[in-house]
Amino acid sequence: MYQKKQRDGAEINAASMADIAFLLLFFFLVATTFPSDRGLTMILPPKQDEPPEKLINERNIFKILVNANGDLLVEEEPMDLRDVRKSVKTFVNNNGADPKSSDSPMDAVVSLKADRGTTYESYVQVLDQVKAAYHELRADDLDWTVDEYLEFNKDNASEEVKGRYKQVLDKYPLRISEADPNKGNDKE
Amino acid sequence: MAVFKKKSKSKPAISTAALPDIIFMLLFFFMVSTELKEDTVIVRNELPKATQLQELAEQTLTAFIYIGPPTDARFGTDPKIQLNDVFSNVGDITRFIEEKRAEMPENLKDKLEVSLKIDKETKMGLITDVKLELRKAEARKIQYTGNKVSDLGE
Repeated sequence: MYQKKQRDGAEINAASMADIAFLLLFFFLVATTFPSDRGLTMILPPKQDEPPEKLINERNIFKILVNANGDLLVEEEPMDLRDVRKSVKTFVNNNGADPKSSDSPMDAVVSLKADRGTTYESYVQVLDQVKAAYHELRADDLDWTVDEYLEFNKDNASEEVKGRYKQVLDKYPLRISEADPNKGNDKE
Repeated sequence: MAVFKKKSKSKPAISTAALPDIIFMLLFFFMVSTELKEDTVIVRNELPKATQLQELAEQTLTAFIYIGPPTDARFGTDPKIQLNDVFSNVGDITRFIEEKRAEMPENLKDKLEVSLKIDKETKMGLITDVKLELRKAEARKIQYTGNKVSDLGE
C-alpha cells in the first residue's frame, strides 16, 4: 500500500506574475493613446454641380473675409478678432430691429471666406469666434454655461434635455457658408 | 531598569504577493481608458488653439486626415496630406473615404466623421481642396481638431 504523503500544500511561486503583468502593462502603455480628440465640428454643404438658385436676402448674410495676413474684413469694415464674437451675436439676435442685420436667428447665415494664402490658424480662430457666438446664444437660451453646452453628450442625456437641446439648435441654426476662395463669389 | 533585549530575528522577506494585483489594476486601467494607436504621424502636426471644442464620435467611426509639412525634411517642406501612414494627393481622398466606409458596419456607414488634423501653418488653399474632395466623397461631417484653451491669448 502506498501511503499518502503528508505534505503541506506546495505554494505556487507567484513572483513572476508581477513580471508578466508588467510586460502587458508596458505593451498597453506604448501601443495606446488616450482618446483626447476634440475639435470644431462642421457639416460641409452637399456636393453640387450647379450653384443653388435660392437667394438669400442680403441683410441676412454676415460676411467675414480673412486675408493672407490674417486681417479681417467684417461687413465691409476692418475688425479686430476680439470683436467678432460680439458682432456675430448682435447680428444673429437682431430679430429684425436693425435693417442691416438679420431678420431672425433662423435666417442668419455667416459667410466665412478665406484667401488661399490664409494660414489655417487664423481661419480656425475666426471660425472659433463665430462658433463661440452661437454657443453663447444657445447656452443662454438653455440656461446653461457655455462649458456645459460644449460637454453635452447625446448618449447620456434624458429625453427632456435632448428635446430642449434640439429645440435650441433649431432656434439658432449655425449656418456657415464657406465660399470657395478660388472664385470671387459667394454662391455656395 | 528595564532592559530591552534585542530580539534576534531573521529579517522577513517583504511580501511581494500583492505586487501582481497592483500591476494588474494599472493594466486594467490602461486597457479600459485608452485606445489603440491607428496611425504613425509623419507630418508635423501642431494643432491650432481654439476655445469651442467638442468631442466627436468614437475612433472607429472616424477617418483621420493629417496635413502638414513632412517631419522628415527630405520629403520637402510644403504641407502634404497623410492618409493611412503614407503621403497622398488630394485625389486619393475619395478612395480613402470609400475604404474607411467599407470597414464600417452597415448600420453606421452614414455616421462616418472625418477628423482633420492640420498643422496651423498650413495655407487654406490646400485645405479648401481637401474639403471640396470630402464633399465629393459625401463625407460631410468634419472636425477641425484643435487644442483646447480657455481663452485666446490676446
